[in-house]
Amino acid sequence: MIGECERLIQKINSLKLNKKLNIMEVCGTHTMAISKFGLRSSLKNINFISGPGCPVCVTAEQYIDYIYNLSLKEKVIIATFGDMLRVPGTKADINLENAAAKGASIKIVYSSFDALKLAEENSNRIVVFLGIGFETTAPSTAFVIREAKLKGIDNFKVLSIHKRMEPVMVTLLKDKNFDMDGFLCPGHVAMVIGEDGFSFLKKYSVPSVIAGFEVKDILKAVCKIADMHNSKKYEVVNCYKYVVKEKNLTAVNLIEEVFEEKMDIWRGIGFIENSGLKIKEKYSMQNIETTFPVEFKNSTSRCKCGEVLKGIICPNECKLFGKVCTPVNPAGPCMVSSEGSCAAYYKYDFQ
Amino acid sequence: MEEIISMSYGSGGKKTSKLIEESILPSLGNYELNKLGDGAVVKLEEDYIAFSTDSFVVNPYFFPGGDIGKLSVCGTVNDLLMCGSIPKYLSLSLIIEEGFKRCELDKIINSISKTAEKAAALVVTGDTKVVERGHGNGIYINTAGIGKVISSASLGKERIEIGDVVITSGTIGNHGISIMCARENFLENNIFSDCACLNEVTAEILKYGKEVKLLRDPTRGGIATTLNEFCENMNFSIELEESSIPVDEEVQAACELFGIDPLYSANEGKVIAVVSQSISDELLSDLQKLELGKNARKIGVISDFMPGKVILKGKYSGKKILDKLSYDMLPRIC
Amino acid sequence: MCLAVPLKLISKENNIGIGEFKGIKQRIRLDFVPDVKVDNYVMVHAGFAMQIVDSKILEEISSLFSEIRQTK
Repeated sequence: MIGECERLIQKINSLKLNKKLNIMEVCGTHTMAISKFGLRSSLKNINFISGPGCPVCVTAEQYIDYIYNLSLKEKVIIATFGDMLRVPGTKADINLENAAAKGASIKIVYSSFDALKLAEENSNRIVVFLGIGFETTAPSTAFVIREAKLKGIDNFKVLSIHKRMEPVMVTLLKDKNFDMDGFLCPGHVAMVIGEDGFSFLKKYSVPSVIAGFEVKDILKAVCKIADMHNSKKYEVVNCYKYVVKEKNLTAVNLIEEVFEEKMDIWRGIGFIENSGLKIKEKYSMQNIETTFPVEFKNSTSRCKCGEVLKGIICPNECKLFGKVCTPVNPAGPCMVSSEGSCAAYYKYDFQ
Repeated sequence: MEEIISMSYGSGGKKTSKLIEESILPSLGNYELNKLGDGAVVKLEEDYIAFSTDSFVVNPYFFPGGDIGKLSVCGTVNDLLMCGSIPKYLSLSLIIEEGFKRCELDKIINSISKTAEKAAALVVTGDTKVVERGHGNGIYINTAGIGKVISSASLGKERIEIGDVVITSGTIGNHGISIMCARENFLENNIFSDCACLNEVTAEILKYGKEVKLLRDPTRGGIATTLNEFCENMNFSIELEESSIPVDEEVQAACELFGIDPLYSANEGKVIAVVSQSISDELLSDLQKLELGKNARKIGVISDFMPGKVILKGKYSGKKILDKLSYDMLPRIC
Repeated sequence: MCLAVPLKLISKENNIGIGEFKGIKQRIRLDFVPDVKVDNYVMVHAGFAMQIVDSKILEEISSLFSEIRQTK
């Protein structure tokens, strides 16, 4: 088995290609896996571009400010996945870790269900669960929203910052400066929305592969992209068949039951139509925005993450890189994520 | 009614005396501690003394594989061992929150006693304070210790040379994951902390005298952070072979489940040693005969590849820089 | 996005089950896999089983993983 991975690496490295292939992944877990397996250095003719696939990192600064302020209100407990704790808002020191130091109750949960339980056990507090993630996580948030309504757990609220994959990928593809030779599509989003969930990519003539997260999965996907590039056959291929089949109807139906699409703001990119999931009116009691609406002021950030995420510029071409924006004081998603393009560049190439 | 510690236990008066007589002396008493002086006077001859202190705030205080008491002894004993010394005497400072259960305190003190005995170290002086409810986290412990430095030991970063070998005495990441899972109730079964005193393991390593260059127990931040501390600002790098780093299957499984890298997970019963290549095989063979050393492995080498950095060589020939931990590790979904 | 791990379902009661993965056991929700049976393997994300997967292929991947991490 290990021999097979080495064979795949050799195969990719000896491919006859007319250029170094730019392959974008749009999944934080893929970003981590590529880094963990050292694939950037072992695949000599592949350029991995880290796209806007980390839902935590693309959460707008204004949302972080809102959550920070909410957390400091009396009686509020913020229940969140660990990923969110150190993401900065409009200023570097606006983050949940600092809010906790100032007396906010921040509880790290592994599952939305733990957040619901927390609300049941603390009936005199308002528990606000941060619903973050793409279509993989949205069903579990939808589940607890519905449960809270069914069981009358009125002190449980949700802030939905869930995002959808398709609109952001289309936004990238429609940018005339976007030049990508292939997409690694997030296997676990596909697990929920089905392999057909990525069929929208067909009309953009970019080889796309739905890939898993083990090293063999990623290597096979890269091989497939390279094959399609060489043969100029632009398709959407499922290379994660043991996990990705047709859509999970229960999950997808529940998303549709609880959420509706909305325009949403992506850190470093801006507003994208239909890219967010908003809690429907019938569940307004479970929606924290009913009581405390989110206000958006225009961001004045000079961060060029949008262009880095599209692969148009290198991290060091952003004026903030390495000066104002560092891994300890990140400005945009590419530096917020510890394996994002800017963070990776800073770690491996900059020093 | 269950006895709890109230503020007056920390006042220095009758209740404090009662606590010491009933809970502390029976477990920890010895010729010096029994004097209950302000400090302890002990004889040292003309030797180099190692001196270390550490504070313990772990929550939960009882966890699979140990408790805060055991940890407070292992922590300082191990630090003294890593200095190339034989731990001799410890101080013990307890800061107890009003309302803490007496029976739990007794359990913890008992644990301290048993662990100190195993480490052949004496608790010779101590202090007890009680803080108001809400101003502590149940119990905080500080221990400090002194040890007699072994004359044949010569440890220091400056002794490390290109070609030296990096060894671990066993599997990594156990303690950090154990505490996280226990605190958050993530699992239905337990992952055990590796909390242990390393007297026997260290003695075995130090038999090799000057061939041993540096010792460290990789606590918070895991082996990644410890190894970065080794080569920071030095003219060598450490190249680790990822497939050689031993990780228990359960620890690996929990790390995958929660998105944690075991290289950054704390250890409380392991030694990382940098030794000459010439004795490394023999040393490994010796360690593997010990209960606490049975998973000892060579995990890397000292090179000049990228001075000041730790490099992780993956299974598929990719090399990457392994940073030190910046923040606490947290479970992630992304 | 998104961390998901294959667990073997070793017991279930209504919509809650115990999943096992290399010796560790975790409580998981089964609401999204209504047809799941004990001994099935499921992909678990954030405490919820999201898909039933083929155990044969998983065993293959599992053994690859053990090979990488094996104590030699």
